[in-house]
Amino acid sequence: MPTEFALSCPLPITERKNIIMGHGSGGKLTAQLVRDLFLPAFDNAILRKLDDQAVVTAGSERLAFTTDSYVVTPIFFPGGDIGDLAVNGTVNDLAMSGAKPLFLSAAFIMEEGLPVEELARVVESMGKAARRAGVSIVTGDTKVVNKGSADRLFVTTAGIGLVPAGVNISASNAQPGDRILISGSIGDHGMAVLSKREGLEFEGTIQSDTAALNDLVRVMLEAGDVHVLRDPTRGGLATSLCEIATSSGTGVEIDAQTLLVRDDVRGACEILGLDPLWVANEGKLVAFVPAASAAPVLAAMRGHEHGRDARIIGQVVDRHTGFALLKTEIGGTRVLDLPFTEQLPRIC
Amino acid sequence: MKYLDEYRDSQVAGKIANEIRRAATRKWVLMEVCGGQTHSIVKYGLDYLLPENIELVHGPGCPVCVTSLEMIDKAHAIARRPNVIFCSFGDMLRVPGSDGDLFKIKAEGGAVRIVYSPLDCLKIARQNPDKQVVFFAIGFETTAPANSMAVWQAHVQGIRNFSVLVSHVLVPPAIMGILQSPGNRVQAFLGPGHVCAVVGWTEYEPIVDQFRVPIVITGFEPIDILQGVLLTVRQLEQGRADLENAYARAVRREGNSEAQAMIHRVFEVCDRGWRGIGTIPQSGYQLREEFREHDAERLFHVEGIRTEEPSICISGQVLKGLAKPTDCSAFGSRCTPETPLGATMVSAEGACAAYYNYGRHLISADSLAVHG
Repeated sequence: MPTEFALSCPLPITERKNIIMGHGSGGKLTAQLVRDLFLPAFDNAILRKLDDQAVVTAGSERLAFTTDSYVVTPIFFPGGDIGDLAVNGTVNDLAMSGAKPLFLSAAFIMEEGLPVEELARVVESMGKAARRAGVSIVTGDTKVVNKGSADRLFVTTAGIGLVPAGVNISASNAQPGDRILISGSIGDHGMAVLSKREGLEFEGTIQSDTAALNDLVRVMLEAGDVHVLRDPTRGGLATSLCEIATSSGTGVEIDAQTLLVRDDVRGACEILGLDPLWVANEGKLVAFVPAASAAPVLAAMRGHEHGRDARIIGQVVDRHTGFALLKTEIGGTRVLDLPFTEQLPRIC
Repeated sequence: MKYLDEYRDSQVAGKIANEIRRAATRKWVLMEVCGGQTHSIVKYGLDYLLPENIELVHGPGCPVCVTSLEMIDKAHAIARRPNVIFCSFGDMLRVPGSDGDLFKIKAEGGAVRIVYSPLDCLKIARQNPDKQVVFFAIGFETTAPANSMAVWQAHVQGIRNFSVLVSHVLVPPAIMGILQSPGNRVQAFLGPGHVCAVVGWTEYEPIVDQFRVPIVITGFEPIDILQGVLLTVRQLEQGRADLENAYARAVRREGNSEAQAMIHRVFEVCDRGWRGIGTIPQSGYQLREEFREHDAERLFHVEGIRTEEPSICISGQVLKGLAKPTDCSAFGSRCTPETPLGATMVSAEGACAAYYNYGRHLISADSLAVHG
């Protein structure tokens, strides 16, 4: 038996010389890239806001403008595919500024050998999704790369929309007293993709929640005042709440008991050692609304097909500014922090 | 969700916490052995439900944390080989070795894959007959059955291109090491529920007798842990030192005999180096001689790699229960999950990482405390 425990440590990894997968996770490594690399190179006042979309002025109109790339594997998954995901994702990024999305572009990077039939299915699905969301795909581009230089198909969409007069929605607008609303269950998309990727078979199939939320946003804005909208995609609900707390200089408090996690999603998370709070959604939004608007906005959400399970999950406070706290199921409290990288399954 | 929600019920939790408060008349220091238990405690804020005179210290039961730097360097040397597909449990990927982590090796072109079961590696080996598929077989007695089964299946099925880098560790020698180390403060243990589900608790009975220390085998859900604390405190208050099982839905005295048979068919007990602790005699498993064709250490000639572990942080004291993560001056500043300085920060189950991930460095204990 050792009589004394030796202290031992590795040397720290202070910086990364290469891009690792975590740089694409939406967590701290992504934030580090944006802060240290992109912001200094592109520096301007609009970018500095770091919202999911830029709101720019053209003449007397305010335009919302955004872009997003989709590299999901597999490209077909239960509940959707890379095509409707690419349309809905960009529509949602526009809608989260309160804008009415109008026009999209679509660019395709195809790997040599991709079956044309698969591309056709993706493109058809994009057309359908665009019609459903009421947007037009008006320009595009195609490129082919050597086999092995891409993984089947990557899609990039960009979009523009009109922000109605009087609408001012931004992550920095949260105020103490605001109620926090979510439009439904969390973790569905991430677990649908992951289950398919890992070849895990659960009772029934977990469906992605991919959906365009612009019409839901429209009915919400008609019902009451809204300060903040976010679609908690990459990094999940916890990441969105952290970003909003930081951006608005307020404290966020939510109650675990109020969160809706579908049983199959929860089961998959338990098996894979993941926390649904950090798992991606593609058809959900979180809204911060003044207390007086909470009831009418919630009612409007529940009356909409994409908000039937909407609920109030917490409120904004003037304590612990910049941080999001969770009241746990058993009455404890913990801080929700930005993830370092994508969630890694724990060993036991 | 059945069999889960019952163990996360806030009313039951509050009731047990009150019973603990009534039972504890003085200060007691308990150690939860498993990383999974540490994770639950911090995730649910369980320690803030406990009265102030009950201190939980976080034990060495995070297999990723205690895997020696030398073994990680060996793993990295193998993973860098061009003809190798290196498979690992997920949270091992960001454990730093002497030169970077598996993420870095992957970014530089190494074929590194996350698997959920070592048996998945056999499938990968069959699909890639021209590659060597290596699995990093780490963990306590809990992962040993599946890891030994993978080796056994490869042996039986004649899968020649599959090998394992074995760095298994065992719980009882670590508990004895803690009890024998100078300055030990731990007065009782929440025993490792899943380890005991495999090996039973007969190995723990002599420890209870020899050291007069209560061990209560405990599960991983909030109610399980609170129940384990309650039984432990009652023993301490009554001056008893018994082996109790608070995880009866999973653990029997004799454990899982079939799993044990598979482990002993493939592995034998050996001395093992622990990161942050040092070498503990008879504290690990290695492959038996007859399975040497599946021994990655031999196949890739990495036995010669020797790594000295530099002493910078206090992870040894944290693993031993002498210090809390927040006692370290580097915690949350120089030492974070992005730039771990020590063993206990590297895995999500490590005490420091659990504290960090649940924001214990951000907010004062007072704001997290449950009032009223």
